[in-house]
Amino acid sequence: MRGLLYTRYELVRAVRNRRFFFFSLGFPLVFYYVIASPQRANHDFAKSGLSLPLYYMVGLIGLGTMIAMISTGARIAAERQVGWTRQLRITPLTTRDYFRAKILTAYMMSCLTILGLTIAGLTLGVHLAAGRWLGMVALILVSLAPFAALGVMLGHLLNVDAIGPATGGGASLLAFLGGTWFPLGHSGFLFELGRLLPSYWLVQAAHVGLTGHGWPARAWLTIAAWTVLLTLGAVYAFRRDTQRVA
Amino acid sequence: MEDTGAGAGISLAGLTKTFRSPEGPVHAVRGIDVEIARGQTVALLGPNGAGKSTTIDMLLGLMPPDAGTVSVFDREPRAAIDAGLVGAMLQTGALIQYLSVRELLTMVAGMFPAPAGIGEVMAQTGLVRIAGRRTQKLSGGETQRVRFAIALISNPDLLVLDEPTVAMDVESRREFWDAMRAFAARGKTVLFATHYLEEADQNADRVILMARGQVVADGPPTEIKGRVGVRTLRATLPGVEAGELAQLPGANSAERRGDAVVVVCADSDQTIRALLDRFPAASDIEITGGALEDAFLALTADEPSVA
Repeated sequence: MRGLLYTRYELVRAVRNRRFFFFSLGFPLVFYYVIASPQRANHDFAKSGLSLPLYYMVGLIGLGTMIAMISTGARIAAERQVGWTRQLRITPLTTRDYFRAKILTAYMMSCLTILGLTIAGLTLGVHLAAGRWLGMVALILVSLAPFAALGVMLGHLLNVDAIGPATGGGASLLAFLGGTWFPLGHSGFLFELGRLLPSYWLVQAAHVGLTGHGWPARAWLTIAAWTVLLTLGAVYAFRRDTQRVA
Repeated sequence: MEDTGAGAGISLAGLTKTFRSPEGPVHAVRGIDVEIARGQTVALLGPNGAGKSTTIDMLLGLMPPDAGTVSVFDREPRAAIDAGLVGAMLQTGALIQYLSVRELLTMVAGMFPAPAGIGEVMAQTGLVRIAGRRTQKLSGGETQRVRFAIALISNPDLLVLDEPTVAMDVESRREFWDAMRAFAARGKTVLFATHYLEEADQNADRVILMARGQVVADGPPTEIKGRVGVRTLRATLPGVEAGELAQLPGANSAERRGDAVVVVCADSDQTIRALLDRFPAASDIEITGGALEDAFLALTADEPSVA
């Protein structure tokens, strides 16, 4: 298990990178308080049956964790630019060890985001049974799998200059189409489009966790399909990148 | 030796690599055959674009050759690296941030099966004093030393260095080569690329001269130095034909530039003695080491151009 030491130091690096740490965790929190704090008395947001602080806690957990996962790409792109990825290739570190470290770091940031927003939600009067919360967290972690692969893929496809806009823009679009900002309803173009995306089910994971109903089969299928597709993309991008002439 | 792997060194056989570019194919490496015995310190000398880095990338398994084979102690490059037999300092590369020097070395050491001691490597590379410093706070010279330490951390039998001293000042270079020679003195094999003749001459047992993707000379440093150690002699000397100067002992060619003459010499010592002997009027004499590129081009002038 030689790769474990590498994973450990990757986690240490993520925590010590204060700017990354602050913006990753701080940005969803600031957003949350700005939106939800003035309307904390709204108990049925957009006829969703959920209070506004609860709806946005869940929605911003979706957006925040998504950004935490995709931002792996920015760190990979930076390491590629300075030649560190090539240095790692002349060590016995396997591709599996490498991916595991990157993905676990992303999950660690996601868990901290979930924790931070949950605490913020509690301060705005959100009530949530511990069991429900745990069920919600479990489903969120599952639905983050495709985003972990997306982060790695973008990190190996794009350079440092392109990765910022791509990650920011991509996450915003996916969050919008996933229903982070307002419910997509139960019919219509946005709903149909959203249902095809993993970000929709990420947000739904949070909702389902709250109402106590499980995910529909369609959600599992959509998440599984995106995970497979983006993992293949990540492996392809990694191989292409590491075969390329420096 | 009982173990067949113990005697085997490095073998590059028929290595070829061509890159596509918008201007057409670039034949970076055009058929290289090199055998390096265990324990040798070999300089890969050549001008920029000679194919040194491409050869090293193929040796390290970073790039597959179009044709030919690489064997490192009877193994494929990947297997040799996994066994911790190879350490390398690539030409370009910075360090990852947010770790101290000691932590970074600990992290990399943890990837290898039988790494060297962290303290030992830090002592060899002069890093003990800055062991606790974060990598983003290091100077250029310190960064190079950490990169050298990373190359040594697996306790390798083969050390590969691609133009290791490019970013170093004079003092750092001296320390670097001292450390490299101490490593080589332990019976280890070293291959380093450089475009400085002096570095090759002073630090290698053997020099392989590369130009335009091929080996153009291979031998002890003194022999190679004789072949490419071209110097340029300049003097103010009106009224003497350039053709006459080209006939001087040790001279290759000569040309006139106003009152001055420029003589390209294979052996400038002989040339200057003869010059002062025959033309005592010569003044403002200057002897400079010629550009290595010119010497390489002269050596390979009969080769078809790759462009």
